[in-house]
Amino acid sequence: MNLFLLELLQLALLLLAAPLLTGLVRKVKARLNGRVGPGLLQPYRDLWRLLRKDVVLAPNASWLFRTSPYLIFTAVWLAAAIVPTFATGLLLSRTADLIALVALLGTARFALALAGMDVGTSFGGIGASREMMIASLAEPAMLMVTFTVALVVRSTSLPHIAEFLLTHAVGIRISLFLGLISLLMVAIAENARIPVDNPATHLELTMVHEAMVLEYSGRHLALIEGAAMVKLLLYISLIASVFFPWGLALDPTEPRALAIGLSSYAAKLALGGVVLAFFETSIAKMRVFRVAEFLGGAFLLGLLAAIFLYVSQGV
Amino acid sequence: MLSVLAFSLAIYGVASFLGTVAGRRALAGVYALSALAGALTTLSATRFLLAAETSEDAVLPLGLPWLGAHFHADALSAFFLFVVGVAATLVSLFAIDYGRHEAEPRRVLPFYPLFLAGMSLVLVAADAFTFLLSWELMSLASWLLVLASHRERETSNAALLYLVMAGVGAGALLLAFGLLSAGSGEYAFAAMRGTGFSGGQSTLFFLLVVIGAGSKAGVVPLHAWLPPAHAAAPSHVSALMSGVMTKVALYGFIRLIFDLAGPAPWWWGALVLLLGGVTALLGVLYAVMQHDLKRLLAYHTVENIGIVVIGLGLALAFRANGLAALAVLALAAALLHVFNHAMFKSLLFLGSGAILAATHERDMEHLGGLIHPMPVTAFVFLIGAVAISALPPFNGFVSEWLTFQAIVNGSLLPQWLLKFAVPVVGAMLALAAALAAVCFVKVFGVVFLGRPRRPAAEHAREVGPLMLGPMAALAAICAVVGLLPQTVLGLLRPVTAILLPESPWLVLSNWLWLAPLGADHSSYSGLVILVAIAFLAALLVVAVHRLGSDRLRRSPAWDCGFPDPRPETQYGASSFAQPIRRIFGSVVFLARERVDMPAPGETRPARLEVSLHDPVWEGLYAPVTAFVGWLADHMNVLQFQTIRRYLSLMFAALVLLLLIVAVSQ
Repeated sequence: MNLFLLELLQLALLLLAAPLLTGLVRKVKARLNGRVGPGLLQPYRDLWRLLRKDVVLAPNASWLFRTSPYLIFTAVWLAAAIVPTFATGLLLSRTADLIALVALLGTARFALALAGMDVGTSFGGIGASREMMIASLAEPAMLMVTFTVALVVRSTSLPHIAEFLLTHAVGIRISLFLGLISLLMVAIAENARIPVDNPATHLELTMVHEAMVLEYSGRHLALIEGAAMVKLLLYISLIASVFFPWGLALDPTEPRALAIGLSSYAAKLALGGVVLAFFETSIAKMRVFRVAEFLGGAFLLGLLAAIFLYVSQGV
Repeated sequence: MLSVLAFSLAIYGVASFLGTVAGRRALAGVYALSALAGALTTLSATRFLLAAETSEDAVLPLGLPWLGAHFHADALSAFFLFVVGVAATLVSLFAIDYGRHEAEPRRVLPFYPLFLAGMSLVLVAADAFTFLLSWELMSLASWLLVLASHRERETSNAALLYLVMAGVGAGALLLAFGLLSAGSGEYAFAAMRGTGFSGGQSTLFFLLVVIGAGSKAGVVPLHAWLPPAHAAAPSHVSALMSGVMTKVALYGFIRLIFDLAGPAPWWWGALVLLLGGVTALLGVLYAVMQHDLKRLLAYHTVENIGIVVIGLGLALAFRANGLAALAVLALAAALLHVFNHAMFKSLLFLGSGAILAATHERDMEHLGGLIHPMPVTAFVFLIGAVAISALPPFNGFVSEWLTFQAIVNGSLLPQWLLKFAVPVVGAMLALAAALAAVCFVKVFGVVFLGRPRRPAAEHAREVGPLMLGPMAALAAICAVVGLLPQTVLGLLRPVTAILLPESPWLVLSNWLWLAPLGADHSSYSGLVILVAIAFLAALLVVAVHRLGSDRLRRSPAWDCGFPDPRPETQYGASSFAQPIRRIFGSVVFLARERVDMPAPGETRPARLEVSLHDPVWEGLYAPVTAFVGWLADHMNVLQFQTIRRYLSLMFAALVLLLLIVAVSQ
């Protein structure tokens, strides 16, 4: 029963923390640009405003266009719930391992790209096409990181990975370092951050993600933006739980461990958000076909990390 | 089971006879009988697998005098018969309605049941003679079916290439059987099994089997015939050729390499593994470049064959190193993918048939917006597209997940080549899976979504219930196997027990969870994911509608303020694939884009030209074809000689042969 409550806590926590994290990144970026920037709570207000607006639908929008936002949000939400955020051993984390998590995000992306093509506008098509291009490199790169971690731990199950890395002295491994770099690059691409994509530009042609969802409005748009926020949270949590698992509550029913887990999770998220803001401010956006080189690099780093481990193990 | 199968074969025979005699009038009858025979096959195969019967043998006084024809049914045959049966039943039901669109039914009806009969016979043949005869029956019947619309120029080219490749493949298998029976001098499988080879024979045997079975299955670089032939056949035949016949070819590979050849060296596994990786990646890259729907699907068959072959290669490598549990995992993944691919590829080909029947188009650039006139077809096609893209919660993901689990454990293999090959093949598989998703976003987005690009797509009508029913059934199978993979995995247990004796079965803790190597290693449950998503989504819908707004307005698309009403301004199939063409195609296919921009003042339109080169065709097939042509040109002289010269040529040949005999003694 306790575990069930904790799972609900995790699901609710994800929903509540995601806009705050986005707000934090925006605030830090604004400060770095020398602006005051909107308050930390601005994303909540944006979402609330969108939720209460009418949906404006193109005449030829199909059922797929209307159901996709719900599906995308739920899939990303569920994927985030599988990641051990503040504790391991929660109920849902057994349903999917790291490979299935990658695929679950793939399902969400599949639905989003289809929705982008539903109305039949040129922007929707260009966004969908480029989003899938980015995914075609980012997803394999992430799977290579998965292989790397799985080889060290001999498991692809996330709570088991985190527990293993917490309780065993793995030491500093070059493969894990390469994997971390690769995963960071994937996270930047998957979350449509600079230098891969710029969600804040005024020219739709230079956007990927935003061009794809151009036809969405009202509550549908709120859900899609919410899903993007949860996805950012997911990636930071994932990197934290695999590469920096310190503080995770191994026994979530014990209050002290739980308190440590929650507070260390909050600290990790804040740190991740600030680092992301600094990184984004210090780099310029790439041309769209340079992205292939960026992600190709991530993919090869992941492959290299995996090959190191395959070769070094069992000799 | 053999008696039931004999009965099914008799039904196929009757159906073929009816089709020959009565033609169009017997159309429904032929397909209904085929469906019945398929259903019987499925039932008896399922019973055989569930009851875990050991085997059945029969020797019939057919074929060669005194020797007879040997038939043998074990779990491996039964599993493939199960795959053939399920697909044959549903595809034949679909064809009862779809077949009416055929211009010349007499070119299809007599051969369709023969094709099914040929495939069933291959699976139970237990001597080299019967096997090759059934193999050729399957090839020839499918070749005749490819020729059904022979008036199109493309079709005759495709059929010629198919015939040549089928000949090469069968020749390779004939030689392989020759090597296999060299030890015992027997031609029955039971006597051949594990007799061993001497010296380099085993290497030659292995390569011949790879060529023979691989060319039929569509392994790169022997795949060149497959896409044109599968695309040219009528859609229900394409479904069977892509979904099932390639699997029968893989059966041949498994039977010869895993069963009859005995212990295999590890490098067989390495070669098969690499072939699989290359096949999967190249297959999907070819597919992304296509805009003909059926050709695209056929290239995806090449990709999926690659995925199965990766599993088989891993199983061989694990088996050679005594890692029995992992060999079982890899083999189970491969066989599950055999079933899964048969289901979703049949579904997608039937979907393309439905589109063809409704619009008479298979060029994606002419379609669009079909989700409105054909909602049910769109829905089932979407399920097939998600399943083939290896996305949860459908069945394609389960078999790829199992393959990935086997790859993750590849580090336990001791050989250096395998240590490098396994992660590289893993990367290829990961790329192929991601590109398949790109490709099917393109297919579904261009064909079913957006606005219709031609009037034919605009005025399409939904197809009838007899066509929708079988497609819905296939979609349901994709969903059920994705949610509860144990249903089919359970059937595989006796199969792995035959091929990998005395090895443990997968740890399948219960019906809900899939945890092949133990729960703390990795676990997955499609059903829990689906239930969680459904529950959370329902919660979300209620919450959003209660707390936010539930109002909806219709108004023209925004499109940044400049919506262009012409449907050509949408992203089409080739524009969608452009990023992939630039990233991967510029390396693999030497893709080049040339913009022909008219000078200011000129009134002709600007043009974008894309040139692609097929590396396999230009590197392998074109030189061979050119050589054969050159040889034929030069040999042509021999055709116009005087009788004097012919006699002297014969005399010279005789002298030469005698000389060889004299020298060799």
